[in-house]
Order: sequence, then C-alpha cells, then structure tokens
Amino acid sequence: MSAVLTLDFTVNGKPRRVRVPPMKRLLDVLRADCGLTGTKEGCGEGECGACTVLMDGVPANSCLVPAVQAVGAKIVTVEGLARGPALSVLQRAFVERGGTQCGMCTPGILVTAHALLQRTKGRVPGDDEVRVALAGNLCRCTGYQKIVDAVRAAARAARAPARGRPAARTKAKTTRAKAARGGKRAGR
Amino acid sequence: MRAALSALDVARPRDLGHALELLHASVAGGRLVPLAGGTDLFVMLNSGQVPGRRFLDLWGLRELRGVRERDGRLVLGALTTFSEIREHALVRRRYPALAAAAAEVGVWQIQNRGTLGGNIANASPAGDSLPVLLALEAVVHARSVRGPREIPFTSLFRGYRDLALEPDELIVAVSVPPAPARAKQFFRKVGTRRAQSISKVALAGLLRLGRDGRVDLARVALGSVAPVTLRAGRAERALLGARPSVAATAAARAALLEDIAPIDDIRSDREYRRRVSGNVLEQFLRAAEPRFARR
Repeated sequence: MSAVLTLDFTVNGKPRRVRVPPMKRLLDVLRADCGLTGTKEGCGEGECGACTVLMDGVPANSCLVPAVQAVGAKIVTVEGLARGPALSVLQRAFVERGGTQCGMCTPGILVTAHALLQRTKGRVPGDDEVRVALAGNLCRCTGYQKIVDAVRAAARAARAPARGRPAARTKAKTTRAKAARGGKRAGR
Repeated sequence: MRAALSALDVARPRDLGHALELLHASVAGGRLVPLAGGTDLFVMLNSGQVPGRRFLDLWGLRELRGVRERDGRLVLGALTTFSEIREHALVRRRYPALAAAAAEVGVWQIQNRGTLGGNIANASPAGDSLPVLLALEAVVHARSVRGPREIPFTSLFRGYRDLALEPDELIVAVSVPPAPARAKQFFRKVGTRRAQSISKVALAGLLRLGRDGRVDLARVALGSVAPVTLRAGRAERALLGARPSVAATAAARAALLEDIAPIDDIRSDREYRRRVSGNVLEQFLRAAEPRFARR
C-alpha cells in the first residue's frame, strides 16, 4: 500500500513539488524534502509551537499536519521572513532586544509573531495581546518579557517605515535578494 | 514513529458522497479513520499509537465547511475551526458561551486547525466544546450512505469515548437552536494554565430569572468530571424555581456533587475536581445574578 503522493504547494512564495508519503508530517517535508531546517521539532505533540509555520496565512503546528493536507497551500516558514541575508524588522527587533537566547523556539515564535503583526497592521498590540497570540510558543530561556518587547518594538518600527535605519537597509538588501532569486517573494 | 507514518495510507474523496461510500466500503475490513484537522490524531500518531492504517481525509470537503443560519438555528459545518467560531459575529452575539469555549481550545495554532466535528468525534470527556454544546441543546447531524440522521447532544455519548455513531457515519454538521432569550450564558475552563491545557473541570451554564424573581431556566453542563460530558440534572432541578440567595447556591452546590463522578488522574484528583466544580458553579450563578451571593 503505502502510496506516494505528489505534493504541490508554495513555500515562501516559491512553488515546490515533492514526492512523499501522504501522512508524512509537514514538518518533516519542510526539513527533509525542502531542506528548510529553520522550522524545529520540539515536543511533537502540538504543545510547544517550535514547529509553527503559516498555512494560508495562519499559524499551524507543522508536526500535526499531514503532507496530504498541505496540497495547494501557501506555506511560510521562518526562512520566508528574512529577505536573503537581510533580517526582517521583526527579526532585527528580536536581536536588538534580546528576544532570543538558545534559539530553539525562535523560528516558531517569529512566525507566530509575524502573523500577529499582519493582523494588527498599523497598530501596536498590547502586552496581553502579544502574550495571548504567543501562548502556544513555549520558551524556556527568556522569560518572555523580551520577546513581548521585541514584538511590540517591531510593530512600532513597522508603523513608521519611512524613518530609521532598519527599513532602509531591508529595502536595499531586498532588491539584491530578489535579483538573486529572479522573482518576487510572496507571503509578506 | 516517523517510519510508521510513511506506511499509512490516505483516501482522498472527491466530495461528501464519495467519502461516505469509501467509509461504508471500508467497514468490512480495515475501517478508514476519518481525519479532519489532525490536532488529536497526530498527537496519537506522533506518540506511536496507530488508530488505523488508512485514513479518510476530510479536510478538502467543502460541504462540511461554513457557519450559517437556517430556520433560526445556527448550523456549523463539521470542519468549522475554532478560530472561525470564536471570530464569527453571530456566534459572539448570540452564543457568547460557545465563542468563549472556542477561544479556550488549545492555542491559536490549534484553533486554526482543530474542528468542531473533530472535537466531538474524539469524544474525550475533556473536549472543550462539548459542555457548551450540551448546555445549548445542540444536535449532531450525521450522514451515511443510508442518509442523514440527527442525534441530540443529550444522547450522543453512551460511555467513555463511546459515541452513538455507526462505523460508517460521519458528522457533517452541528446545529444549535436559538439561545433562550434573556438567559445569561457562562463558560469556564479550569486547567493548569490559561492556554494550551486540557481541562481539569469545565462548566457551561445558562440561567434565567422569571418575572417572579425565581429561576425559570437553568442548564448546567460539565466536562472532565465523569466518563462523559454531562448535564448536571440534580443541580438544575435544585435551581429551578429557586430565589437567588446564598442558600440556593449552597443547595445547588450540594446537588452538583451527586451529579458528577470525577476521578484521580494525571491532570488532577477527585477531591480537587469536586471542590472546583462547586466553586465554578457558584461563580456562574453569581455572574448570572449577584443575589446568589446574598443572604
């Protein structure tokens, strides 16, 4: 039996085709078949959120998603947040504010926080709102406050994109990254 | 464990009719296991438990999606996710207890994938949506190749994880009658932390006072305190006709202890659950009518 599925989906704006068993976890498809190892496995039971990716714009635990249900989906992983070597405003805020320590939970947290900021566009979410959104992303190092600070700082920075260094740098590198890839990246 | 996953097969039905045929045909040997958002099934699979070798992927079936109103009833497709429920304007306005329960299922990631039909089919006594659906007197709409069937929530659970569904039936929707006018709705889940926990006790309630100041509608449903999600019939009868007071609260609490049969397990113990069930009942009554706190 054990049929193999031809899975067509979009990862970080790029169409992908892989041949995988239908019940293979999206997490393993991304890591093993797509070579995108930014997405981590933590608990493997939907508790910790280390494996969080966006599926059609909303966060999901990729350890709980079978490949067969990713057919046609638009997936965004942590690799899709940066533009080439240039960190996104959110990623930069995590670096600058100490929102990351060991780094195991960071990819999942960035992806969930990215989705939150997409939703709150133009508004800086309050501490509580950030904490509720990130309740499914466990971090054992930071104690969370610096993560919350970083997310809110990124929201403030995104609100005033014309000013300041980060936005300008992101733009310059984006052009280079785009040229290198020969296309435009979706999901942002 | 991952090696085991690669040996599993999935049937991908074209539409609901096809899904029902596939499920029916599989009952004779190696029944297909229905798969919705996977938030329960993949936890099992990842821990090495294999509920079957072949799965029926329902995720793509449009007939099972969407929330609508029909003849005054709210109809939720079986694949409605908890995110959809908690954000739905009509649900929030008319069934605030249901919206509240949906908001307490796991976390954002789980709410985006977990479905109402899946929560029911999983039939855990700790299922987060079950007490509210029971209190709202919801009806489960099942379907098989033989046709549709309606199962009132009150007769859905025959025993621990034992659902009154035939092996070839699928849950296609859940419908909820209009919420009783002027009744206060309540939902509270008690777990280890506010998010991402399996409940130790969950309580959904509806309460209304008549013109004479006495309780004329009382519905109390609890999860995690018995082998099945249950209506607390004795507590409800203790409340019906009562004037709100501390004495009425005490009588309802005492009656509630006769309704529930909690156990010691990994999440909590019997005594804690008995105490907290009473506390949450009291919280519900006081929230619905402050005079339940008055002498």
